[in-house]
Parts: sequence; C-alpha cells; structure tokens
Amino acid sequence: MNTEVGISLRDAIPFIPELVIICTGLIAMMLDLVVRKKGPVAAFVVFGTLVAGYAMCKLNGFNEPQSAFLNMFILDGYAGFFKLIFFINLILTVCISYRYMIIEKSSYGEYYSLLTFATAGMMVMASATDLITLYLGLELMALSTYILAGLMRNDRRSNEAALKYFFLGAFSSAFLLYGISLTYGMTGTTNLNEISATIQNLNIAGNPILFLGLIFIMTAFAFKIALAPFHMWAPDVYEGAPTSVTAFMSVGPKAAGFAVLGRVLFEAFGSMQVQWTNILIPLALLTMAVGSIVALSQTNIKRMLAYSSVAHASYMLLGVIAGTPAGLVSTINYLLIYTFMNIGAFAIVILLRSEGFQGQDLDDYRGLAKSNPLAAALMLVFMFSLTGIPPTAGFIGKFYVFMELINADKTYLAVIAVAFSAISAFFYLRVVMYMYMKDSDEPRTISCSPSMNVALAVTALMVIVLGIYPEPVLNYVKTVVFG
Amino acid sequence: MVPLSWYIILSAVLFCIGVFGFLARRNMIVMFISIELMLNAVNISLVAFSHYLQQVTGQILVFFVITVAAAEAAIGLAILIAYYKNNPTVKADDASLMKG
Repeated sequence: MNTEVGISLRDAIPFIPELVIICTGLIAMMLDLVVRKKGPVAAFVVFGTLVAGYAMCKLNGFNEPQSAFLNMFILDGYAGFFKLIFFINLILTVCISYRYMIIEKSSYGEYYSLLTFATAGMMVMASATDLITLYLGLELMALSTYILAGLMRNDRRSNEAALKYFFLGAFSSAFLLYGISLTYGMTGTTNLNEISATIQNLNIAGNPILFLGLIFIMTAFAFKIALAPFHMWAPDVYEGAPTSVTAFMSVGPKAAGFAVLGRVLFEAFGSMQVQWTNILIPLALLTMAVGSIVALSQTNIKRMLAYSSVAHASYMLLGVIAGTPAGLVSTINYLLIYTFMNIGAFAIVILLRSEGFQGQDLDDYRGLAKSNPLAAALMLVFMFSLTGIPPTAGFIGKFYVFMELINADKTYLAVIAVAFSAISAFFYLRVVMYMYMKDSDEPRTISCSPSMNVALAVTALMVIVLGIYPEPVLNYVKTVVFG
Repeated sequence: MVPLSWYIILSAVLFCIGVFGFLARRNMIVMFISIELMLNAVNISLVAFSHYLQQVTGQILVFFVITVAAAEAAIGLAILIAYYKNNPTVKADDASLMKG
C-alpha cells in the first residue's frame, strides 16, 4: 500500500479558476453583511467570474492539458469549454435576476453566493477525472441548487419545488454512489482512465455487475439532465423555483451533466460503447416524445419551457449517441447555443413579471406585440431559435447534431428527431401567435433594468450571430475540445 | 472470515429496502431516512470492496459520502422546515400544488 502522499502546491495551479470562483462566493457572502443594497454583491460576483475566466484563459489549458491532485482533476480543452458555458450562464443569470429578486422580495445576498458555489461545483464536475471528484462536484452543485429553488421562503410553490428537487436529487445521487461502488469493486479503481484500462486488461466489458454499475451511474445522470422517465421533477421544480433560478438550472446542471456523461462514457466506459448506446437510444426517443407532446397542453409558460428543455436534452443526447468525437462536439455546440436561447427566453418571462403581476400564463402574452413591440420581437427570436428555424442559432445546433447522426449511420434517429421537432414548433409558435395575433386591452408594465437590457442584447445578438455565421465558433469548439 | 459476497448481498438488500421505502412510504421524514439508508448501504459495499482489494480508495470515498450526507441532511431538513411553515403537513401526497 502506497502511503506517500504526493500532492504539492503546484497542483493548485490548474485549480485556480475554481479557487477564484469559490473565493468570490465567500467574499460575496461577507460583503452581504456590510452593504445593505445587493447591487454591489451582484457586481462583485460578475467581476469575480470575469477574473476566473481570465485566469482560465491564461492557464492555457486549451492547448496543453494539465492534471492535478494525483490525476483526479484535469484542465483540458473539454473542461475549459464547459467552464466557459458555466461562466456565461452565471453572468447572464446575475444580470437577469437583480431586479427580479427585488420584485419577488427575496433579494438576499446569499442568492449570489449560492449561484457561484453551484457554478464551482459544475466546474469541478467538468474537470473531474476520478469518480470521487465527480461525486463531490455534483453534490456541491446539487446542494446549492436545492436551496436556490426554495429561495422564496414565503411562496408555497417555491417551497414545494425545493422539496421535490431535494428528494429526487438525493435519491438519484444515492444511485450514482451505488454505481460508483460497483464499478470500483469490479475494476479496483475510481480513476476514469484506469477504469478503462482495467476493463480492457481484464476483458470484463461483458461483466453483468459492471454493466449494472454503468446503468446506475447513467440513471443518476439521466435524473440530472432530466431525461424521461426520470424527468418528473423538472416541470414542477422549473415552475415553482424563482424564474431566474429556473433559467440558471435549466442550463448549468444540464451542461454539467453532459460534461460528466461525455467524459465517463467515452473515457471510462469507451469499450462498452455498444451497451450504453443501446440504453441511450430508447431514453432519447422517449424523452423526445414526452418533451414535445406533453408541452403541447401546457398553459404556464415556465412549465412549457421546462418540457421544452426536456426535449432539448434529448437532441443533445443524440450527439452522444452518435458515438464519435465529432458527435460530442455537436452536443457541446448545441449546449452553447441552448445557453443563449434558453436564458433569453426566461429573461423575457422575467421581464413580464412586475409587482402584483405574475406574467407566467400564456394569456399574459396576448397582444404583447402592440404594447411592447421590442420585448415581443425578442421573444419571437428566442422562440424561433428554440424551434430551430433558420437563420437563428437553434437551427445550426440541431443541424450539426442531425448531420453527425447521419454520418454515424443512425439516419432513422435523425428522421424521428426532425419529426418531433416539427411537433414542438406548435407550442413555440403558439406563444408567437398569442403575442402578434391576439389582442388585449390590459395595460402592461415591463420591469426593465440596465443589467437586464445587457443580458437581453447579448443573448439575442448571439442567437442571431451564431445562426448566420457559425463557422468560427464551430471550428473553435472543434479545435479546443479535440486539438 | 466472512466472505466478500455476504457484505455485497447485505449492501444490495439494504439498498433495495431504501429504494422501496422511498417509493412506498408517504411520510417525508421516512422517505428521508430511506435515502440515508441507501447511502449507508453504499458505504458498506465500499468498505467491503476496499478491504477485499487491500486499498484505501474506497474508504476515502466513504468519508466523503458521510460528510456530504451530513450536509445533505442539514439542507434537506431546512427545506422541510421551510415547507412545513407554510404547509403544515409531512405527507408527500399533499405536496401537489403543481402538477400536469
């Protein structure tokens, strides 16, 4: 037994972005005690995130992967790109939530700290090359988001959302642990690369217990990225949680779930690809069907967007199912695009929320084009993008995923996915129809703020730019992720 | 000497009892206890594997699991209390404000 511990301070270098984010969260918590208004706290969190992003680019992990802590942690292009998505997610969420949390009378400073801690957890997940780090990152993210979901303490729906999220989240992480324990028992290691090597050396790819472990691990991730039939919590939690938190967790935990799913399946269980592809295909088809069809009957816009995000998870999964590095690149590209369009759509939902007016029902969107043409036009862009209509970014995302599926000889899946995405057009375009073709005589106030305007401008611009001229970003993803 | 398989079977049985308790019982405190049972079932199997393989990795993971379970209990019970203040019930079926 090797008792020598070989961790030095040098190991902390690839970990600097996480350290910066964690310190930002801690200082934000302290700052909250000193200042009464929450503006400085929010601004500080944005500043800290920018510093972390700068530090990550300086470390240059994109070109030369650096591992640390006895190969339990790695900063490479794959992790780095996911971290960029998390930073974008965090900054946009802070921008859209400042005014909203005041309206909801839940403007606590802890809100911003918890957002940063959840982001730190996601970053650790994206960088984890060991099942132990993976588990710790996942729990840091999950525990922070449970609290965020229940932040509106006096709102019964928020209480219920936090409760449901907590119970199902804790249930799924127990499954993850059981899967880890079985995998550890069969391979004798928790390191992803060593697991892969052991599976090949001992030739145990067909071992039923190892397969059971893989199934348990995948079940836990299916919970996190809300794949049917493990999506039950998503609509309730998305509806009950504060809208800004919904925006945050419809992107962040999903992206983090895909980051670990890609790494675990490709790195550790690469030799069992046939088995996990056979599990993922029915899951993806079921998710697509549930997401697109159940969303048709929703009248609450947050609930509709929840089912829409369930459906989008299945399109992203198709890139993983393609089973090639190019397929994984198309998934990551889709995630980046999804970040902008989904946060943009939730930003409009937040825009409609004002004192004494919930603005969550489809009926509240009646005649928005007359009263607030700009807000309606932006919502139009986001809805078109979520549907996948060119020239918006959503089209590019879907296009590349489907192309990689066809390249991998899974054309039938691409055909089914196109059919379901045509069905989903109905509920996205219904929002557009309500805004542009129905009239309402109620006066409507919109809760604008400078930071909200910035977030809306950035998301709308990115959705259009990525839709018209996607090559630079696509090539960047390709080179960054796979050299 | 107790063979490895006994420990693994014990852990599997405990895990299944936990899953059953979570799915079948409607009292939220009992559901919470069931989750703790599942986590501890995992701990048994991790320690057994770790001893069998003569490694410490599994036991290190157990320490992390115990720590995280404590944090999870603190947050879970806090959420439960926040819920109870507005809806004085511990029945899971009553938490049905949102559905569809």
